[in-house]
Amino acid sequence: MDFTLTDEQRMVQHMVREFAQKEVAPVIKDFDRNQNMAPFILPRMAELGILGICFPICYGGQGMDYISMGLACEELEAVDTTLRVVLSVHIGLNSMGILQWGTEEQKNLFLTPQARGEKIACFGLTEPGCGSDVAGITSTARRQGGEYILNGEKMWISLATKAHHCLWVGRTNPDASDPHEGLSAFLVELDRPGVKTGDIHGKLGVRAGSTGWISFQDVRVPEQNRIGEEGEGFKIAMSCLDNGRYTVAAGATGLIRACLEASIKYSHERQAFGREIGKFQLIQQKISYMVQSYEAARLFYLRAGWMKNKGIRNTRETSLAKWFATDASFQAASEAIQIHGAYGYSDEYDVERYLRNSKGAVIYEGTSEIHQLMQAGYALGYRMDASLRCELPAYDVEKWQ
Amino acid sequence: MNIVVCIKQVPDSAAKVVAEGGQVTWGDAPLVLNPWDEFALEAALVQQEASGGDVTAICIGNETAKEALKTALAMGCSQAILVTDPALSEADSQAVSHVLAAAVKKVGNVDLALFGKQAIDSDTGVTAAQTARCLGWPILSSVSVIKAEPGSIHVERSIEEGRQIVDCKLPAAISVSKDIGEPRYPSFMGIRKASRATIPEWTISDLGIDAPKAVVRWPELINPPAREVTTEMISGDSPQEIAEKLVEKILGEKVL
Repeated sequence: MDFTLTDEQRMVQHMVREFAQKEVAPVIKDFDRNQNMAPFILPRMAELGILGICFPICYGGQGMDYISMGLACEELEAVDTTLRVVLSVHIGLNSMGILQWGTEEQKNLFLTPQARGEKIACFGLTEPGCGSDVAGITSTARRQGGEYILNGEKMWISLATKAHHCLWVGRTNPDASDPHEGLSAFLVELDRPGVKTGDIHGKLGVRAGSTGWISFQDVRVPEQNRIGEEGEGFKIAMSCLDNGRYTVAAGATGLIRACLEASIKYSHERQAFGREIGKFQLIQQKISYMVQSYEAARLFYLRAGWMKNKGIRNTRETSLAKWFATDASFQAASEAIQIHGAYGYSDEYDVERYLRNSKGAVIYEGTSEIHQLMQAGYALGYRMDASLRCELPAYDVEKWQ
Repeated sequence: MNIVVCIKQVPDSAAKVVAEGGQVTWGDAPLVLNPWDEFALEAALVQQEASGGDVTAICIGNETAKEALKTALAMGCSQAILVTDPALSEADSQAVSHVLAAAVKKVGNVDLALFGKQAIDSDTGVTAAQTARCLGWPILSSVSVIKAEPGSIHVERSIEEGRQIVDCKLPAAISVSKDIGEPRYPSFMGIRKASRATIPEWTISDLGIDAPKAVVRWPELINPPAREVTTEMISGDSPQEIAEKLVEKILGEKVL
């Protein structure tokens, strides 16, 4: 068993860290306060190649592996969750779905410009009345000749107003005996007639990010824009979540690290009762839990990344990584505030932003409760992963670079 | 234009460097490319983009120094060379300069040798000038702008009195200041290239010189005495009153 990162992985990690720490960290607080996404983020991430990090060069990507992508997520969220959300949505939930399920034509048409960062991608699954209950989706896709007519509302969509493409899930067969099997997935250009998008403000966290809604009213797409077969929408959405959750797990690990680093720094600086507060055992206990959760979360996500590299199905391991890391990041952020005392409660320090940002990931891409049900299901033998018609391709350095 | 950039691997700037048992230690802090050398690499790559040629990064060190060279490759250098020899373990800056000068000569057809203004570990800031002396080349230090012309360069130096503009024939040695431009990040293409690169190793005998002897020795290494600082907050009803109290205290302590 080798826990060493490769030169390539370490250099990617260092490069993404430099970008996030030098260019974003100094200004993120202002954008968070103003509830705006910094306008330079997407073009700069595109220019640096981060938006295509784990795709083959022949599809416009950078040819790195899935572990490098996880490391990038950790580095991005160590500065701000909104940076990692970009990779979760653009890469994890959309582009990796195309890599896994798309036809060659779809890869050329959608994946390549996305991996190059020329087009931004989002994922339309959640609806105003339906989150965890994916089978309850009410959006419809009605076939008419060689086209589909799409209708419905999607809510809590990251990058809704920034994206050019959306991987969108709707119901093609309202009569399917199993409602999961009535869903189909589509790649939709968001400049088509009938598409409306808007931003949602007033969120607790990820305030420097773009979260919004997408409304389709009689949006016509050609049959070629359907990804996968009719009725495969649920499976495709779940595959996308296997990839999105991986990015969330890696990112939440970075958030724990940020809490830990801020807490260590403050514990050395702050004096109470004549000595630095790091000398007190109850502070030490909080720090030690953060160390434990950081290292465990890191091992969880790296294992999932390793499985992706090898082409091994990782739904269970990714779910475990996401559940653990997001819950632990919320706990770490809360304790980081406690260590900082009243200062932690103000935005003079970063830890209050960490707490606000951490809560979202406990909800999206499978709530912690859903992940608990999944883990219990696997353990009790109620749940098993059937093989898919299209599996995520294993990492192949020769073909990808 | 062919450029050599002489780089060094140093403890990370966040490392706590202390003397322990007569030795310098930085604990388990990582070793990184000297941050000042990143500016030299940036300057070299900008020149290469403008007028072609090769950029070669050279580093003296052991196997771990290949990390710094890989960073240079990932930023866009054409090649990287490690100069490594047990005889260099005690090298001082003049010994290093002799070796670097020999390495620059061995690369051959070099127009410019670029350096960072200093290394953040030893902080001598003299390696560029000493190497230039060994090569018999002019040295231009604290350079903030470089414009290359056929056979010569036109540079701006940031000096205490202001900016100095200098024209100089090539070959020349240059140490750059921060004003030269923000160093680029390694690109993914560069990272791919660097991770597959085999970095050639040159020994002292490969350079065709005798091992230079250090003339500077560090007989003893000690930590600076810990400063004892007490902080007192001076309060008062008005800035005037606070200032008066402060003056009294300064005079009382015989600071002035």
